[in-house]
Amino acid sequence: MDFLDLNFVWISLSALLIAIPCSLVGVFLVLRKMAMLGDAISHAVLPGIVIAYYFSDSYQSIPMLLGAASVGLLCTYLIETFNKVGRLQEDASIGVTYTWLFALGVVMISFMNDNVDLDQDCVLYGEIAYVPLDTLSIFGALIPRAVVNGSFLTTLIALLLIVGFKGFKLTTFDPVYATAIGISITFWHYLLMGMVSTVTILSFESIGAILVLAFLVIPPAIAYLLTNRLMSMIYLSMVFSLVAVILGYILAYKINSSISGAIASILALEFLVVFIGLQIFKILRRRATKVSYSN
Amino acid sequence: MSILVILLAVVFLGIASGSIGTFTFLRKRALLGDAIAHAVLPGVALGFMVTGTKMPFFLILGACFTGSLSIYLMNTIVQKSKLKMDTAIAVVLSGFFGIGILLITYIQRNYGSEQTGLDKFFFGKAAAMLYSDFIWLFAICILVIVCIYAFYKEFLLISFDKNYAKSVGLNVRLYEFLLSFLTVLVIVTGIQIVGIILMAALLVTPASSARFWTNKLSNLIILSSVIASISGIAGSLLSYSISKMPTGPWIVIFLSLIAVASILFAPKRGVVARNLKSKRLKKKMFHDNILKTFYHLSEADGSFNTLRTSSELRNRRYFEEPKLSLALRDLMKLDLVHQSENKWGLSNEGWIKAKRIVKVHRLWEMYLTKHLRISSDHVHDDADTIEHFISPELEKELEKLLAYPDEDPHHTKIPYT
Repeated sequence: MDFLDLNFVWISLSALLIAIPCSLVGVFLVLRKMAMLGDAISHAVLPGIVIAYYFSDSYQSIPMLLGAASVGLLCTYLIETFNKVGRLQEDASIGVTYTWLFALGVVMISFMNDNVDLDQDCVLYGEIAYVPLDTLSIFGALIPRAVVNGSFLTTLIALLLIVGFKGFKLTTFDPVYATAIGISITFWHYLLMGMVSTVTILSFESIGAILVLAFLVIPPAIAYLLTNRLMSMIYLSMVFSLVAVILGYILAYKINSSISGAIASILALEFLVVFIGLQIFKILRRRATKVSYSN
Repeated sequence: MSILVILLAVVFLGIASGSIGTFTFLRKRALLGDAIAHAVLPGVALGFMVTGTKMPFFLILGACFTGSLSIYLMNTIVQKSKLKMDTAIAVVLSGFFGIGILLITYIQRNYGSEQTGLDKFFFGKAAAMLYSDFIWLFAICILVIVCIYAFYKEFLLISFDKNYAKSVGLNVRLYEFLLSFLTVLVIVTGIQIVGIILMAALLVTPASSARFWTNKLSNLIILSSVIASISGIAGSLLSYSISKMPTGPWIVIFLSLIAVASILFAPKRGVVARNLKSKRLKKKMFHDNILKTFYHLSEADGSFNTLRTSSELRNRRYFEEPKLSLALRDLMKLDLVHQSENKWGLSNEGWIKAKRIVKVHRLWEMYLTKHLRISSDHVHDDADTIEHFISPELEKELEKLLAYPDEDPHHTKIPYT
């Protein structure tokens, strides 16, 4: 077990602290059939990230992060406006809006290249392998900044979910009833999108803006294949994330490749295995019922 | 590669993606295109790993393979499970992209640093284009044009009315496959210039903008090709003249500017045009209602020459105050109303208009009760709305159909001029 060292602990811990909040938020994205809105936001926050880097070179201050996250809300708002006011069909509104914001972000990076410690590769891959190098001293112990950030993120998302559980649940499963008893659909929609933006912003440094989507959508999708219950879905998607983080780290270590890429690949593999397994299970059950009828 | 060749190349790409993107847009497959573009990445890496060369042919072959596989997977996931299309797209997109990054990083770390050229696929590098890429682009462009020209009717049918296409015996699956195949080819070629992430924009944004200007499919195809080409030229020129500026993102920014301008300012469908039209209509309805109220007041007390105060008007029908005074002034400018001191009266022309509105209102009520058998106490609201929109032709038809009735269903007289 040559990969089992302190690096393994820190890296997989920081990946897990991204994967858990992603799963929590992603469950609602999948149930609300808004997975592609998550895709759009995870691309569209790029200009916000660039601005945050430009104004605070270390990119740690919480107000800065929230400012960057508001670009995600802007994206949501633009998509809705193009769709409702501009009467552009929904898929096209999403496609037009996020590509535009992402392109803006890339152009901003090239304008500020000399002043900003941010390059295009970082946007794509993230640098989770360097997590153990960038540490903060907390109560005398050296803890990677990504782990501290991740703990903050996980606590924030978990708290928001616990406090707002009823609102999220009602507006997801029965929006008509929710409106009837005076719950604002818009409020919970934008709150969820704000959470997606925050998750993206805080995790992009480690895993890259696009792979956030794999963490957001694939574990809840696998869990949804297996269960109909909300709580089981949340627990199951966290379990699938945990397995993917550990197996992904080992895979990346063995073939010397990108850790976040490997974790996303394992997630895709998990989906494939569960999906095919379910199909086989269906066929077997159909055969079993046929046999019992013919007897 | 000289700038001229690059410009030609982006025009070819613009034509190919603009025209094939029109069908992507019309069939509401915008996000599917996005997923295919991302799914191409592992194919490129696999093409390189299997053959060991960076020859465009093998990379494109690999890309076509995973691109097509992604379409198959998304459709299968939706058909065979309870997951919806949005989740299927997101899972396939991010899964393939993750595998792509795993493979590309593997190649970069294990095959030596000279292989990093593969990463040009992320953001595209027009300037790094090879002569063979250029020929390939030209061929794809011609292929797309020929296919659209040859199968125009079939593509039109499956884009607008798939069920009808099936019922007339068209091989829908074959033509859908052909469209998907062409889309994959265009995406695979396009990513070398604008990159994987922004390829979706090249497919969808031109068609989205063009849709605001025309309703005809052939015009839509031409217009979106032109928009894509112009943005391509603008983006390439900009990145050519300013160093370090990426081509793809600039093309997308120009595309988006055109899209936003179209959404806002296109005649008829644009936001501004629609707002103006609805404002004009609201104003006309308000004017109609004022004229009508003058008639109702005179009808009630039998004197058509008395001038009325604005509070008299408001007692008869609810009008918001500052709006009423402004509208009366507008009507005075149109010579429909005249004023003396604080009282208002209709001019001759005003009377003609007022009578006509009351007449069509009452004719419509007659029509609803006589021909649609709606009871007479349910017809007023409907008539109140439609009276503003009845054309002179329809007015004549109604008069003829009802044979110039004297009274409406509530036994009030219908005024003829």
